Amino acid sequence: MSIFDRLMRLDRRWVFLFLTAVCIAGYYVDYSIPIRVTNETRSIYTFIDSLPPGDIVFVAIDYDPSNQAELHPMTYAIMEHAFRKNLKVIFTALSQNGPGMADQAIRDITDSVSLDRTYNGVEFKGREIRNGIDYTFLGYKPYYAIIILSMGQNFRISFPTDYYGTPLDSIPMMRGVLNYDNVACLIDLSGGNITDAWISYGQGRYNFPLALGLTGVMTAQYYPYLNSGQVFGIMGGMLGAAQYERMADNPGLAIDGMRVQLPAHIVIVLFIIIGNIGYFVTRRREQLEGR
Amino acid sequence: MDFTTFLWTTLGAFLTLATFSFLYKDNPFYKLAEHLVVGVSAGYFVIIVWHGTMVPNLFQKLADGDWYLLWLNSTQPWYIVPGILGILMWTRFSKKYGWISRWPMALYIGIAAGVAVPLEMSNKVNKQLVATMVDIDWSNFMGAGFFDPFSGMASLLIFIGAVSALIYFFFSKAHTGVFGGVAKLGIWTLMIGFGASFGFTVMARISLFINRLQYLDKNWREAAFDASNPNYSFGFPLVFWLVMALILVYIIWELMAHLKHKNQTSAPQ
Amino acid sequence: MRRQLPFVLVFLSGFFMIFQYFVPHQKSEFVYEFLLDWLTIIGGFAMALGIWSLIRVSYDRIKRQRENWGYSVITLTGLFLMMFFGITNWEDGSFGVYIYTAEGLSNSMFVHFFDFILIPIQATMFSLLAFFIASAAYRAFRARSVIASLLLLAALIVMMRFNPIFGAWIETVANWLMNVPNLAAQRAIVIGLGLGMVATALKIILGIERGYMGQG
Repeated sequence: MSIFDRLMRLDRRWVFLFLTAVCIAGYYVDYSIPIRVTNETRSIYTFIDSLPPGDIVFVAIDYDPSNQAELHPMTYAIMEHAFRKNLKVIFTALSQNGPGMADQAIRDITDSVSLDRTYNGVEFKGREIRNGIDYTFLGYKPYYAIIILSMGQNFRISFPTDYYGTPLDSIPMMRGVLNYDNVACLIDLSGGNITDAWISYGQGRYNFPLALGLTGVMTAQYYPYLNSGQVFGIMGGMLGAAQYERMADNPGLAIDGMRVQLPAHIVIVLFIIIGNIGYFVTRRREQLEGR
Repeated sequence: MDFTTFLWTTLGAFLTLATFSFLYKDNPFYKLAEHLVVGVSAGYFVIIVWHGTMVPNLFQKLADGDWYLLWLNSTQPWYIVPGILGILMWTRFSKKYGWISRWPMALYIGIAAGVAVPLEMSNKVNKQLVATMVDIDWSNFMGAGFFDPFSGMASLLIFIGAVSALIYFFFSKAHTGVFGGVAKLGIWTLMIGFGASFGFTVMARISLFINRLQYLDKNWREAAFDASNPNYSFGFPLVFWLVMALILVYIIWELMAHLKHKNQTSAPQ
Repeated sequence: MRRQLPFVLVFLSGFFMIFQYFVPHQKSEFVYEFLLDWLTIIGGFAMALGIWSLIRVSYDRIKRQRENWGYSVITLTGLFLMMFFGITNWEDGSFGVYIYTAEGLSNSMFVHFFDFILIPIQATMFSLLAFFIASAAYRAFRARSVIASLLLLAALIVMMRFNPIFGAWIETVANWLMNVPNLAAQRAIVIGLGLGMVATALKIILGIERGYMGQG
C-alpha cells in the first residue's frame, strides 16, 4: 500500500485532531496578519462615520448563536462606533434566537461605552447608554417578510411595544419616528434568508440605504446587489468584521480570530493538494495497470 | 466577575466541550447537550413569542373588553378575527377538522405570494438586468489594470458572464454549436462563482471553531486565573481544574475501553 | 368549503396584494396595513404548532419508555424551566409571576440559560462543520475536469487572499474575482431565482399550483 493509499484511508478523526492542534497552536502563538480593507466594507464604515449626531441607524440582528462567530463581532464594532458618534440605534431581531443575541450585545456595549476610550486618535469620554433615549430594541415577531413590509408603513403596526413591553409612543427616541423614512440607514446582520427579504421587501419597496453583514457562506451570493446599487456595502464573514474593527480602530474577536484563520486555511489548502496528488497518483497507476 | 457568573461560564465551557466530544463519537455527554438545547431553545421561543407577539399585538389590543362578552365590547373588537384565525391553525392536529386550518394558511400564502410577484420581479429580475446592461465606459476601459473591478472592461465581462450563465440555464434548446459554446462559457463563470463561495465557506466554518476556542480561552480559562479580579478566590482555579480532571478521566476511560475492544477483536478465535 | 374556499382566499388576498402595490391609494393602504397586522398575530399562533409537536413527541417517548427516553425528560425540563423563568422574576427580592408584562425577560435565570446553555451548545454544534469541511477538502475536492479545476482555483485564490506570504496581488485578484466573474455568475442565479419565484407565486395565486394545501 502506497503512502497515498494509507493517507486516503486514514480515520477522519486524525484529520480532526490535526486541525484542532493547528488552530490551538495558531491561537497561542503571538503574531498578526495584515487586514486590508475592501471597498464594500469601507463604504459601510464611512457612511456611519459621516452621519451627524442624533441620526438613527437601524441595526437588524437576524442571526442565531450558530452564526455568532462571524456576526457578533460586526454587531459589536458597529454599535460601539455608532454610540461613540452619538448616533441613536433601533434594533430588531427577526430570527428565532435573535433577541437573546441582541440583548447580550446591548448589555456588553453599554458596559464598554461607559469607559473612556481612544479610537483613531480621537478621545471619547465614557457615557451612559440609556434604553429609550440612545437605543430602542423592538424585539422579535414571526413571519419576517410581513414584519419588514409593515415597518415600512409604520413601526407601530407590528411593534406596538418594544422588547421590554414599553409602548413605542412613550419611548422618547421614537417620538416622530414613523418608519424607514426616519432612519439614516439600515444594516442587516444576518445568517439566512432574511437578507433576501430586506432587499426585496424592505429596500426594494421602501427605498432606504441598506448595507449587509453576512456569514461567509452567503457573502458571494450578494455581490450582484452591491453592483446594482440595491445595497451600499457588504461585510463578508469574519474577514469583513475584522476590516470594520480595523477601520474603527477597535480590535476585537474578529481581528484576533483572523490570525488563527491563516494556519487553518493553510491546512485546508494542504489537504486539498494532498488529496489531489493522491487522486492523480492512483489514477495514473490504474491507467498503467489497465494497459 | 463574581463566582456565580464564573460557575455559569464553566457550565458553558463544559457544554462546549461536551458538544465537541461528538467528533470522537456519539456519547452521553453529547446527547445531553443536544437534548438540552432543543428544550431550552423551544422554551425560549415560547416566551419570546408570548411576550413579544401574543401579548402586545393581540391581548393588549383587546384588554379593555370583557372575556365573557368575547371582547366584543373592546375599543378594537376586530382583533378577534386574527385571534380566531390563529386558533383555527391549531385544528391541524385533528384528523377530522384539520381542513379548517387551511383558511388561515390560505390567507398567509395568498398574501406572501401576492407581495412576492411585483417585488421579486422588480428587485431580483428588473434591477439586476438594468445593472447588467450598462454603458461601457470606453474612456476608462482598462481602468487601473486587468484586475480593476470598476473598469469598462469589468462591466463588459460582467455582461458577457451573466448572459452566458443565463444561457447555460436555458434548457429548451440543445447546447450545441455557438449556443453550446456560449453555454460553456456560462458554466465556467458559474464554476468561478461556486469556487469563490466555497472559499468563503471554508473561512465561515473555521470562524465557528475559532469562536469556541476564544470562548474557552478568553471567557473561561482567563477568568479562572485572573488574580486582578476583586472577587477572585481559590474556587476559580479549583472549578477549572475539576472540569479538566473530569475530562481527563473520561479520556482515559474511553482509551481503556478502546484498547480492551482492540485486544478482543485481535485475539485468535 | 374544504377545498374551494381556501383557493378563493388565496386568489383574493394574492390579487389584492399585487393590486395594492400598483395602486397605493389611501383605502388600499388601510387594508394592506390591517392584513400585515393580522398576519403577525396569526404567525404567533402558528409558532405554537412546532412547540406542541415537540412536547407531544417527547412525552410519547417517555410514556412508552423508548430507547434513550431519559434524554426526552431533559428536553422537557429545559423547555418548562425556560417557560417558568420567562414569566417570573425575583430580582428585587420578592418573587412574582408576570404573565402579561415582560419582567420575565430580564429574569437573570432566563438570561443565563440563554447565554450559558443555549449559545455555547448551538454555536458549538455548528462549529463541528469546520471539521467536516476539512475532512471533505481532503477527500472530495478533486480536479477531475476543466470546470472542477476552475472551481478549485477560484476557491484557492479566495482562501489565500489574506495570506501575507503572497503579498498584495492575491488580494487584488481575489477582489476582482468576487466583483467580476463571481458577480456575473451570482447575478444569473439571482435572475433565475427571481423568475422562478414570480412564476411559482403566480401559479399559487391562480390556483395552478395546489400542492401546498395537502391532500383531502
